[in-house]
Amino acid sequence: MLDQLNRSAFRLPSLRTFRSLSPLSRREMRVGLIFLTPWIIGFLAFTLLPIIASLVFSFMDMRITDGILNAPQFVGLDNYQRLFSDPQIWTWSSGTRGSLWITLRFGLFALPVGILAPLGLAILLNNPNLKGTMAFRSLFYMPYIIPFVAAIFLWGGMLNPESGWINRALVSLGIPKESTPNWANDINWVYPTYVIMGIWGIGNAMLIMLSGLQSVPTELYDAAKVDGANSWQSFRNVTFPMISPVIFYNVTLSMVGLFQYFLVPLVVNNGTGRPGGATMFYNLYLYRTFFTFQNMSYGSAMAWLLFVLILIVTLFLFGTARYWVYYAGESRS
Amino acid sequence: MNRKAWRNVRLTMKSLTITIFTLAILFIFLSPFAFMVFTSLKTQDQISIIGAPIWPARPAIYENEETGQTLEMFTVPMSECEGSDGERGNQNLAIIRKGLRESTFIDPDELERGEFICAVSWRNLKRPWQFSPTWDNYKRAWESIPGTFPRVIGNTTFYALSTLVGTLISCTLVAYGFSRFRFPGRDFLFVVLISTIFLPAFVTVIPTYTFFQRIGWVGTWLPLIVPAYFANAYNVFLIRQYFMTLPRELDEAAMIDGANPWQILWLVIIPQSYPVLLAVTVFHIVFAWNDFFGPLIYLSTARQHWPISVALQTFNGIYGQQPQLIQAGSLMAMIAPLILFVLAQRFFVQGIVITGVEK
Repeated sequence: MLDQLNRSAFRLPSLRTFRSLSPLSRREMRVGLIFLTPWIIGFLAFTLLPIIASLVFSFMDMRITDGILNAPQFVGLDNYQRLFSDPQIWTWSSGTRGSLWITLRFGLFALPVGILAPLGLAILLNNPNLKGTMAFRSLFYMPYIIPFVAAIFLWGGMLNPESGWINRALVSLGIPKESTPNWANDINWVYPTYVIMGIWGIGNAMLIMLSGLQSVPTELYDAAKVDGANSWQSFRNVTFPMISPVIFYNVTLSMVGLFQYFLVPLVVNNGTGRPGGATMFYNLYLYRTFFTFQNMSYGSAMAWLLFVLILIVTLFLFGTARYWVYYAGESRS
Repeated sequence: MNRKAWRNVRLTMKSLTITIFTLAILFIFLSPFAFMVFTSLKTQDQISIIGAPIWPARPAIYENEETGQTLEMFTVPMSECEGSDGERGNQNLAIIRKGLRESTFIDPDELERGEFICAVSWRNLKRPWQFSPTWDNYKRAWESIPGTFPRVIGNTTFYALSTLVGTLISCTLVAYGFSRFRFPGRDFLFVVLISTIFLPAFVTVIPTYTFFQRIGWVGTWLPLIVPAYFANAYNVFLIRQYFMTLPRELDEAAMIDGANPWQILWLVIIPQSYPVLLAVTVFHIVFAWNDFFGPLIYLSTARQHWPISVALQTFNGIYGQQPQLIQAGSLMAMIAPLILFVLAQRFFVQGIVITGVEK
């Protein structure tokens, strides 16, 4: 799906192309645009206009108090001044980190897991000696469709320090009761807790990677074998390049998702930032600014900072793609 | 053993090992379901007792069918009992008279032996556990989920279906426009459509919310339903990919017969596209069933409209100290998507593969 963005399609057609259209092509364009109308209207009304509006909001003072919007006032760069000096976002010193660092730190921890776990599982399920691949595939995917809130409560129960099965299992493995983790309530264990809860969401990526693996032509493996490659070499030089587009797709979407991570802390730790402020993710702080305190203008400024950050990282990822993402049938320049 | 047979044995061993290994991972991966079922059938007491079994149980009792008398069961070291003639080990006995120095028991498995005295204090004895599911938890969860369960499920179903109609109609039209008409700027528009998946939600949510708040839509279904009628990137992409695989010859034949573009879509394309439309349907229903953020911001003040996700979260806020109710509620919330998944697995798998792998 993302290949669409790799091509040169971002180029707008010139006015001359429109003028030189034949009457028949004009007709085709008119009819085509009629079918695109629902999306074009939706894009203007629910995407483009709101983007511009939030940029405008970020230069205003706008709040909702008791359900009533105040009279918006132009305040220039005030919101941005606050944004770039907000200790809640930027604090780096020891103790509680700022929201932006929390988000980045968690992302650097969760992204590799979110790619390697489904990849490992897909490689396992792709093993020709495995029996019942189809059943395994469905069963590993299945938790993905469980309502998110319900899945969190299941894992919350599993990870309950007293009655959860994980700590019971640890105790029965011989770990003393006192040194079992306090999971979601412990500042050092809360990120692993979130990652464990996220493991149930790997079904989607696993399916995509599995079908990527299945589409690698077997001749390539045979050729590698003839050349004397061992299994790591054939993974490194055959499998990985062939599935790199699929990995790229998952890395990009996970990254965009992790920048916006906040629903899990909102439900698990009630959006309070507990324990010790460690779960006040950037987007959670943004959510509270906008929804709890109904400060639309500061929220918009925060959203725009996030937007720009995601844009930079996405462009960077797309820039690196030419070095490691291989598209079959396309010559590498 | 000849060489071929030996090779077969080795292959079987190999596939046995890897299958068992995968099964073990699957077992751990799905264990929270067992946890949920077990916990949802426990009593509050059992959950708080340390050392209670993991399966739903209560301390064992013995009911005498003739007298209708119920007695508590205890695990008694038999060496302390009179007339034990060298019997060793522990047995589960029903207590008749509790004492601190000696207690009187009967053995439910050996009633003819009658009452006998053991030199034990009943306070120091452990009680055996008996399998005993508490089905009542489901009834309580059913009634105490905010708005009651049937209503919440009704709301969720309404949300899923009313947005499904819009998604199917709008995404099909837009996908048709992107796949069957050629004109300058089309590819540019398509790239714009795909790029919207990178947009952080809050950039658009804040002004949209403020606007809906101004016109009095917050607290109603409208902010959740209306946008669904204007197409979205994932489903348009999915349907477009499918349309592109359909041969154009049929369209052209219909065109020569004088069909207009609407008729071609309705009579030629859609009848060939049930697999992808079903995939969009199941994805959308699961999405709507899961959707937490939208209902949270637009419906949190309108309790009567709450779908399952928001109701379950509030339920957890109120009954968090009673895990058995939370687990029962979670199980009830996931039944519908699970049934859908079992019925329509094929479409889930196909749909995901198209979005992730295809270009």
